[in-house]
Amino acid sequence: MPFFESVALALNTIRVQKLKSFFTLLGVMIGVMFLIAVVSIVQGMSNYVENDFAAKIIGVNTFTFRRRPNFNPNTTDDQWREFQRRPRIYAADAELVRSVLPTGNKAAIVNQNFLYASSKLSRPRQVQAIATEAAYFDIKKLVVESGRAFSAQEVGAGAKVIVIGTDIADHLFNGLDPLGREVRIGGMPYTVIGVLEKQGSVFGFSLDRMAIVPWTTPVSRLIQSKGDLQSMIVQGSSREEMQDGIENAREAMRGSRHLAPGRPDNFALETEDSALAFFDGLKRQMIVFGTALPAIGLVVGAMVIMNIMLVAVAERTREIGIRKALGATRRDILLQFLIEAATLTGIGGVLGILVGLTAGRGVTALMNIEARTPVGLTLLAVAVSVAIGLVFGVIPARRAARMDPVEALRYE
Amino acid sequence: MSPQTDDVALSTTAERKVVVQSAGAQPGKDWVIVTRGLKREYDMGGEIVRALQGVDLAIRKNEYVAIMGPSGSGKSTLMNLIGCLDTPNGGEYWLSGQLVSTMKDDELARVRNKEIGFVFQTFNLLPRASALHNVELPLVYAGVGSAERKERAMEALTKVQLADRASHRPNELSGGQRQRVAIARALVNRPAILLADEPTGNLDSTTSEEIMRVFENLASTGQTVIMVTHEPDIAAHARRVVVLRDGKIASDERNQKVTSSLGL
Repeated sequence: MPFFESVALALNTIRVQKLKSFFTLLGVMIGVMFLIAVVSIVQGMSNYVENDFAAKIIGVNTFTFRRRPNFNPNTTDDQWREFQRRPRIYAADAELVRSVLPTGNKAAIVNQNFLYASSKLSRPRQVQAIATEAAYFDIKKLVVESGRAFSAQEVGAGAKVIVIGTDIADHLFNGLDPLGREVRIGGMPYTVIGVLEKQGSVFGFSLDRMAIVPWTTPVSRLIQSKGDLQSMIVQGSSREEMQDGIENAREAMRGSRHLAPGRPDNFALETEDSALAFFDGLKRQMIVFGTALPAIGLVVGAMVIMNIMLVAVAERTREIGIRKALGATRRDILLQFLIEAATLTGIGGVLGILVGLTAGRGVTALMNIEARTPVGLTLLAVAVSVAIGLVFGVIPARRAARMDPVEALRYE
Repeated sequence: MSPQTDDVALSTTAERKVVVQSAGAQPGKDWVIVTRGLKREYDMGGEIVRALQGVDLAIRKNEYVAIMGPSGSGKSTLMNLIGCLDTPNGGEYWLSGQLVSTMKDDELARVRNKEIGFVFQTFNLLPRASALHNVELPLVYAGVGSAERKERAMEALTKVQLADRASHRPNELSGGQRQRVAIARALVNRPAILLADEPTGNLDSTTSEEIMRVFENLASTGQTVIMVTHEPDIAAHARRVVVLRDGKIASDERNQKVTSSLGL
């Protein structure tokens, strides 16, 4: 019997037993569904982290000069004690680093923490207070929608001016034009001079709750109570220039702190790579768990298929006898059942992909990110599904093929 | 025209008894079936059951033969062997000039497909397939293309006057219609022999008559028909009756009444 006939026969058998076929392929379908959904979500997240998150939160071609690294998972106790022993970073250190940067690099001191801001019109609201320099707006590509950003002169003078995100503007001023009005942080009044463009959120963390003030204002003292600096962010115009900047900064700081060659840095120069490496680790864990569970599901589904096919073979003994009497060879019967199993699991795989894509899209839509499904993975999923049918269909199909026609015809 | 069945009781009356001489039969074109010393034994839990103990049978092309015998006489075993569903433990079996007694499973499957058309007591139609598809089945395994298959299956259904029932499933057909579908299926690949196993066993007497007329017509158009039955009424339709007893041929005679009515 030609191959095409076998497929047509398999499809027909599946068609006449819709419900049973559906339950047979359910296991494979659910396995593939989870596989596709999880990978779509994880890929979507990682894509988001690499493109949007890195640019919005960390900045392109930037490095941060800090006392200790920010993105450092699995810090040991010893490491932590070493971090605590490190000297603090003060304005003088920041100026030293700034002075050795290649021309074209932009730098801004950044102290940030969550503080409460209030106005006369509303209850206090927690905001992401950022005490920084004028270049910060440029480095972070922050767009001031109404009003203006503060200038280097205002930073130098310690002017009590503030630029706020839309979320804070709405909350504190309730529809009124915030420009020229007063925001209080730590009891000190700041005049609103600008409102940022709406940015949305990252992983549910709103970027519109920023309140940006010059680092020379008392806000810095609220964040870094010892009068030191939290960090300085530096952006190179290219990746190479950023690398140069890091090396210059390291050299200057080691010189300034009299670190002998061979001794480790007692400060951190962190690039977005370290943040991305952190997320890579996270992603790997998600992929492992996200695929191990569906894989178990697939194996269970495969067992179910084998079991149901065995029952089907017993149930269809008479049919097998008839087919054999009419001239079906062992190969014909073997192929019939193998192709039936593979077609079932293949359909299960395709349905699983469709449901998985939908589920992945649904979940990522809730997370405000875009799902990514590798095309190779969907092809692989179909191939694996079909392979499961072939592998786990072998035993039932062989049993069918080896039936004695006389016995099979007598079977009731 | 079929004879009146109630008159024809199978007997050993001397005038009817014409022993068929098949000893000198040579497998070839003329003799469709030749068996020599055919033996089949079953091992039933250590006890050897000798179902067939050396059967010599030769059937010419165009013959209409009934194989009779009480239950346990080995007629089912003989039918399974003739139908190439089973292989003998000893002896030889030639079908259409081929020695099939030594063939392997898949070769036998091809022989069944090409040379034998089965008609079973329980019809053995695929319940979920239409009449047309049931008739098509042997052609599917013969590797005939879809269009030609449909055409030939339709032709076979027309021969048994069921062209208008082609799309019906077996459970939408009466017993007689089902058996006619089975006959159409048996004939669709133009087999050398039509092998019927108690073809009327599940039918009432009127329908049985109808089916026997179909066999009669086929036999008269030159189709070799071999029918296994335990009903003398049914066997009486055949032109030659082979009686088995205890795994051996007890008698092998021309059915005088029928042959004489046909002018042979």
